[in-house]
Amino acid sequence: MSASAALSDPIETLHIALVGSPNSGKTTLFNALTGSRAKVGNYPGVTVERREGEVRDVAVPIRLLDLPGTYSLDPETPDEEVVREVLAGERANEPVPDALVVVIDGTTLARGLGLVAQVLQARRPTAIVVTMIDEVRARGGRLDLGKLSRILGVPVMGVVGHRGVGVADVRGLLERARRWATPAEPPPVDDHEARFAWVDRVAADVGGFSPARDKRTDRIDRVLLHPLGGIPIFAGVMVLLFQSIFSWAVPAMDWIDGAFGALGGLSRSVLPAGLLTDLWVDGVLAGVGSVLVFLPQIVIVFTLIHLLEDVGYMARAAFVVDRVMGWVGLQGRCFVALLSSYACAIPGIMAARAVASPRDRLATILIAPFMTCSARLPVYTLLIAAFVPAERVLGPLGLQGLVMLGLYLMGALTALGSAALLKSTLLRGKVATFYLELPPYRIPTARLLFTQVWRSSRSFIKRAGTLIVVASIILWALLSFPRIPVDASLSQGAQAQAQLQASAAARIGHALEPVIEPLGFDWKIGVGLLASLAAREVMVATLAQIYAVGDADNFEGLRHALANDRDPQTGERSFTLASALALLVFFVFALQCMSTVVVMARETGSWRWPALAFGYMLALAYGGSFVTYRLATAFL
Amino acid sequence: MSPETTAAQAAHRPPKGPACRSLSDLDPGVRARLCHHSEHPVPTRLRDLGFVPDTTLMVLRQAPLGDPLEVEIRGYRVCLRRADIAALCVVPVAQ
Repeated sequence: MSASAALSDPIETLHIALVGSPNSGKTTLFNALTGSRAKVGNYPGVTVERREGEVRDVAVPIRLLDLPGTYSLDPETPDEEVVREVLAGERANEPVPDALVVVIDGTTLARGLGLVAQVLQARRPTAIVVTMIDEVRARGGRLDLGKLSRILGVPVMGVVGHRGVGVADVRGLLERARRWATPAEPPPVDDHEARFAWVDRVAADVGGFSPARDKRTDRIDRVLLHPLGGIPIFAGVMVLLFQSIFSWAVPAMDWIDGAFGALGGLSRSVLPAGLLTDLWVDGVLAGVGSVLVFLPQIVIVFTLIHLLEDVGYMARAAFVVDRVMGWVGLQGRCFVALLSSYACAIPGIMAARAVASPRDRLATILIAPFMTCSARLPVYTLLIAAFVPAERVLGPLGLQGLVMLGLYLMGALTALGSAALLKSTLLRGKVATFYLELPPYRIPTARLLFTQVWRSSRSFIKRAGTLIVVASIILWALLSFPRIPVDASLSQGAQAQAQLQASAAARIGHALEPVIEPLGFDWKIGVGLLASLAAREVMVATLAQIYAVGDADNFEGLRHALANDRDPQTGERSFTLASALALLVFFVFALQCMSTVVVMARETGSWRWPALAFGYMLALAYGGSFVTYRLATAFL
Repeated sequence: MSPETTAAQAAHRPPKGPACRSLSDLDPGVRARLCHHSEHPVPTRLRDLGFVPDTTLMVLRQAPLGDPLEVEIRGYRVCLRRADIAALCVVPVAQ
C-alpha cells in the first residue's frame, strides 16, 4: 500500500457536508476552509455542480462537501433535489456525510432557521455556523449564539467568512465533529405554520429580529431604484460597461497584438526559413495571438461584472429588468448571464447556474451564444472597415458605427426572440415562482475580486493554449499541403498564390462553393468559414493567410487586400458590399465556437442541446445571409 | 387588471371583511398580515420562505417598471413577481 493511500484511509477521513441557502455565505466559508482548492465536478445525471475539498490546517483529514444552495429540503429544483438525496443517503456513489454544517446568514436569521429545522430532522451530528455577524453588530443587532446553541442542542459558531474571522475556530469545531450532539428533540417541520411558529419563537429568544435595516443600503436604494431615476441609472451602468469593452481595452489589445507581431518577426529573423518556422509563426503564434488579444477585454468586463456583483448592484439590475425579461418568458437573473455573454458566451453559460428554474436556465444557455461576444468583434471590425463607407449619417454618428450597433442589436433581439420561441415550445411549462434577494451594499475585498477575475480569465488562457493552437496548426497544414515544386520563374507572391491554389484547403473551399455561392461567398470565404467553426476569431487569421498579406496582425494590408481582390477569370470584385453584409449576418447568427459547444454539453449534461443550438443557429445564419445578400444586391 | 380576474379572485376570498386584499395590490409602506386562505394554496416555495398565515409583512417598493415587488417579511427582504403573490391575501394592520 502506498503512503498516499494510507493517508486517505477511509476510516480516518471525516466527511462533512455544508448545507445553506444561496447567498448565505456558504461558499465563502468553503473557500476559506479549503483554501479555494476545490475539486469541481458534476453529479451524474443532473446538471448540478459538485464541489468538494480538503480542509486545510486540521489535525484529522476532513473532506468538505459544498452542497448546492437550497432554501428548503422540499426540493423544487434539481439543485435542491441533490441536497435532499445526499442528506437522505439516496444519492448513488455519494457517502452519507458523517456530520452536517448548516450555514445561515445572521442578518436573515429567521429564514435560515427554517432550513435548520429541516436539517435537524435528519438526526445527524449537526453544527450551525452563523455568517455575517459583523453586519448584524453594525446594524445594532445582538445575536446570542450561546443561547441559540442551548435551544437547538447543537454547537453554534459565528464567523465573518470573507475576512476570515472565526474560521480557525470552525476548523477546531470540524475536528470534533464525531462528538457533536444530535438534538434530542428536533423542531417541528411537517407543517409550515408550526415550523415558522418555532422559528419565530427561537429568533425572538436569541435576538434574531433586532438588527435594524441597513440604513446605508436603504439610502442607496432610494436613489438607484428610484421609480423614475432607476432606469436611466441602469442604462448608464450598461453604457459604462460597453464603453469599457470598446475603448479602455484598446491600448492593451494593441500592445498584445504588437507583441505577437514582433515575436513573429523576431522568430523569422532568428530561425532558418522553412516549414517548421512557418508552422511556428503562421500556425502557433498567429493562432495564440488571435485569442490572447481579447484578454484585456475579458479582464475588464469580468472585473466590472464581478465588482457590480460583489457591491450588490447586479441583483438590483436583475430587479430592474425582470419585467422586460418576463415578456419573453425569462427572469431577471437570466439577464446577468446574458450580460456576461457580451464578453464571451462561456462564462455567460456558466453564470446561468444562478438561475433557479431549470427551464429558464436551459433557455438562457441556449440563447447566450447570440449575444455579441468579443470574438465576433475582430471580424466585424475588419469587414466594416473594408466595405462600409466611412460616411457621417446623423451628426456625429457614422455609417460604420451604425452598422456595428445594428449587428449588436440584431444579436440581442434574436436572443430574446429565440427565448420566447423556446419557452412557448420545447421549454413550455408552468412558470416557476421567481424570487430574488437584494443583498445589502457591501464594499468588496480586493482579494476576492482578484480571485474571481483570475478564475474567469484563466479558462481563456487555457483555451488559447489548447484548442486554438490545435485548430491553427491543422489550418496551417491544410493551407500548406500538398507542397508544389518551387518555380523559379514566378515571383514570391505568385509562388505563394500557386501553393495556396494547390492546397488541401483550396480543394475543400472549392468543394464548398456550390453551397455558399447563393450567399455571395467564394471559396476563400468558404475556407475561412470552415476554419472559424473552431473559433470565430480564426476567420481573420485565416483570411490573412489566404490573402498572403504576411503578418496576420497587419490589419490595413488585409483590409486593402479584401476590398480589392478580383476574380482572376472575370476580373470582377470577388467581394462586394452585399457579400460582406451577408458574411456579417452569418457571424451574427452562427455558433462557430467549439468551446461554447463543449461547455453547453457539460452544463446541460447532454449533446442534444448543443446539437439543437448548432443546427438552429446554422439554419438562421444560412437563411439570414441568403436574404441579406439578395436584398443588398437588389437595392444597394 | 381585468374585471374578470378581480371577480374570480374575490370569489376565492374567505369572508374576512372588505379590508382583505391581494398582496399584489398592497401599497408600498403599508404593514399587513397574511390571512388564512384555504381555497388558494400558497406555492410551497413561498411557504418555505416564511409566507404562512398571521405573518406580518410590508411591500417596500416596486421595481421602476412596476414589477416585481420587494417585500419585507421575518426581518429579511425578497423580491417577488405580482403574478406569484396575487393569490396571497392580506389585511392591513395598524402600525
